[in-house]
Amino acid sequence: MAKILEIENLQTQFFTSAGTVRAVDGITYTVNRGETVAIVGESGCGKSVSALSILRLIPDPPGRVVGGSIRFMGMDILALSDAEIRKVRGRRIAMVFQEPMTSLNPVLTIGRQLTETLEHHLGMAREAANARAAELLGMVGISDPERRLTQYPHHLSGGMRQRVMIAMALSCEPELIIADEPTTALDVTIQAQILELMRDLTKRLGVALIIITHNLGVVARYADRVNVMYAGKIIEQGSALQIYHQPSHPYTLGLLKSVPRLDQPRKEKLDPIQGQPPDLTRLGAGCAFRPRCRYAVERCANEIPALEPVSEGHTSACWQKDSLDQPLRDAS
Amino acid sequence: MYNYIIKRLILTIPTLFGAAVLVFVLMRLVPGDVCEVRMAGFGTFADPEAIEICRENLGLNDPVLVQFGQVMWGYLTLDLGVSMWTGQPIVDEIGLRFQLSLEIAILATLVAILIAIPLGTISAIKQDTWIDYVVRAFSIAGIAMPSFWLGIMIILGLLITTQALFGTPWMPPIVYVSPFEDPLGNLAQVFWPAVATGYRYSAVATRMTRSTLLEVLREDYVRTARAKGLLEKIIINRHALKNAMLPVVTIFGIEFAFLIGGLVVTEQVFNLNGLGKLFVESVLTLDFTMTQQLVMLVVVIFVFMNFLVDLLYAWLDPRIRYG
Repeated sequence: MAKILEIENLQTQFFTSAGTVRAVDGITYTVNRGETVAIVGESGCGKSVSALSILRLIPDPPGRVVGGSIRFMGMDILALSDAEIRKVRGRRIAMVFQEPMTSLNPVLTIGRQLTETLEHHLGMAREAANARAAELLGMVGISDPERRLTQYPHHLSGGMRQRVMIAMALSCEPELIIADEPTTALDVTIQAQILELMRDLTKRLGVALIIITHNLGVVARYADRVNVMYAGKIIEQGSALQIYHQPSHPYTLGLLKSVPRLDQPRKEKLDPIQGQPPDLTRLGAGCAFRPRCRYAVERCANEIPALEPVSEGHTSACWQKDSLDQPLRDAS
Repeated sequence: MYNYIIKRLILTIPTLFGAAVLVFVLMRLVPGDVCEVRMAGFGTFADPEAIEICRENLGLNDPVLVQFGQVMWGYLTLDLGVSMWTGQPIVDEIGLRFQLSLEIAILATLVAILIAIPLGTISAIKQDTWIDYVVRAFSIAGIAMPSFWLGIMIILGLLITTQALFGTPWMPPIVYVSPFEDPLGNLAQVFWPAVATGYRYSAVATRMTRSTLLEVLREDYVRTARAKGLLEKIIINRHALKNAMLPVVTIFGIEFAFLIGGLVVTEQVFNLNGLGKLFVESVLTLDFTMTQQLVMLVVVIFVFMNFLVDLLYAWLDPRIRYG
């Protein structure tokens, strides 16, 4: 399959008065045409920053991409001029943000917010852009699209607004959509609808999707491949199936175990990961997960483990990954 | 939308009434009256009987409620009465000066808008660069500098430069000409006081534009606009400025109303016969009727400007329109 996005050793840092925050610390992954890749991790692990880095949307100052490369369809994103990156944004790589309540401009109509991209990137006339905008709203399942075009974001519910955001992302038929926690702010029932919609549309239109989430349920149902992030690094990569059935990093295992399950006895306590994620301004020499890891050995304190293969297409960054195999199986 | 406008209009009635009562009462709490000021104001002997006759003629001896009733009846019949000091109809006295004050206020507002919005915007976009520092210094200076002092500097500057350039000094004309008769002559007169007051006024608005725009530029929807690949110019003009204008519009509204009656010192500096001067004179002479109508004029303008600002709000922010 053709790779459309190749990220290599990407490093994004924020220079704050409290010190340098290594938000993204050398991540490498690829996205193939039309596939859905998930980036999973808890809050503050750098998953949103990694996504914003792809479109160079990191506010500078304080943040900056300090190393690595991002290649999209053969283009070196980090080397593009401002004018060139603007032609990629919204046109070839589109974004859906987390908060549909604040991500739409409150003083512009839905129609205007949809048509401006069409006019800007595709050079459509107002009339044609309006017709296309109505068509897009219909496509994302919004009823009475003509009327909606004249309405403002505050007339719409959260789910509807997120549909508008998706319509906006799809409008110029991009090759890649990055969805940064697209359902976090929505009700559970709406979450499923939105995710279904995104999956159907991306599959139908052959658009690749990077979905950023902390919700493992989302990953299991919608992603082809999964990157698990912790403290700015990818600590496990593999297909959704591999990650679920053979988690090879104690952190992934912990995440899976902390999901409440309907098929377990109800009185059983959840098994959360103990401790807090580390301070990204002062990462030590060893594995960042070590203080919270129940499998840590001495080596973990001194050397940072690299991603190494567990099986075909499945890698993990853990010194103990082979010896973990057995206890992990027991635990799951 | 029409409901909104009508609601706002109805709400102005109690405001106006309250203001009328307040001015009426406050004026009568001041010791003395116009007759005492006129006959005994210079410390010379005055015949108490003459003062009494004067009071009788002006209706100052009527019961307060009757006087108040007369004022109110005047409003209902659109009759503002005559000045207790000059004996001239108040409409004429105010009309003479209102045109000038209104012109300066409008011009000063234009000057302020033309300075404040572009400068505030540039300052916000170029935050913490030398451009930002220059703009901030410029606006701080505007707040720190009294406009009458700036007025004196402008007159001096004009005199010195015209002297140096043309050999004869020139300064703004003192006698008022209507803009409909001699637009250039009129502009030559009102432009400089408008700059002197507009600068200070713009300073406040520049800082407000800068700070609200900085806030708005951090909003999620601006990030969305960036992610859409829009030009920075469009992001600022279409997405950010409209959101940032609400507090700025408020400032313009309040300042405009203030300019109508509050330019006492600047009027003195430029030797203009404006409302500010009339205001001071009528208060000093305890001219109850004139002061009453002047204050009401300013109140009406305040109320009207607030109404206009409310309408602008609704136009800028659709959430208010239907709220």
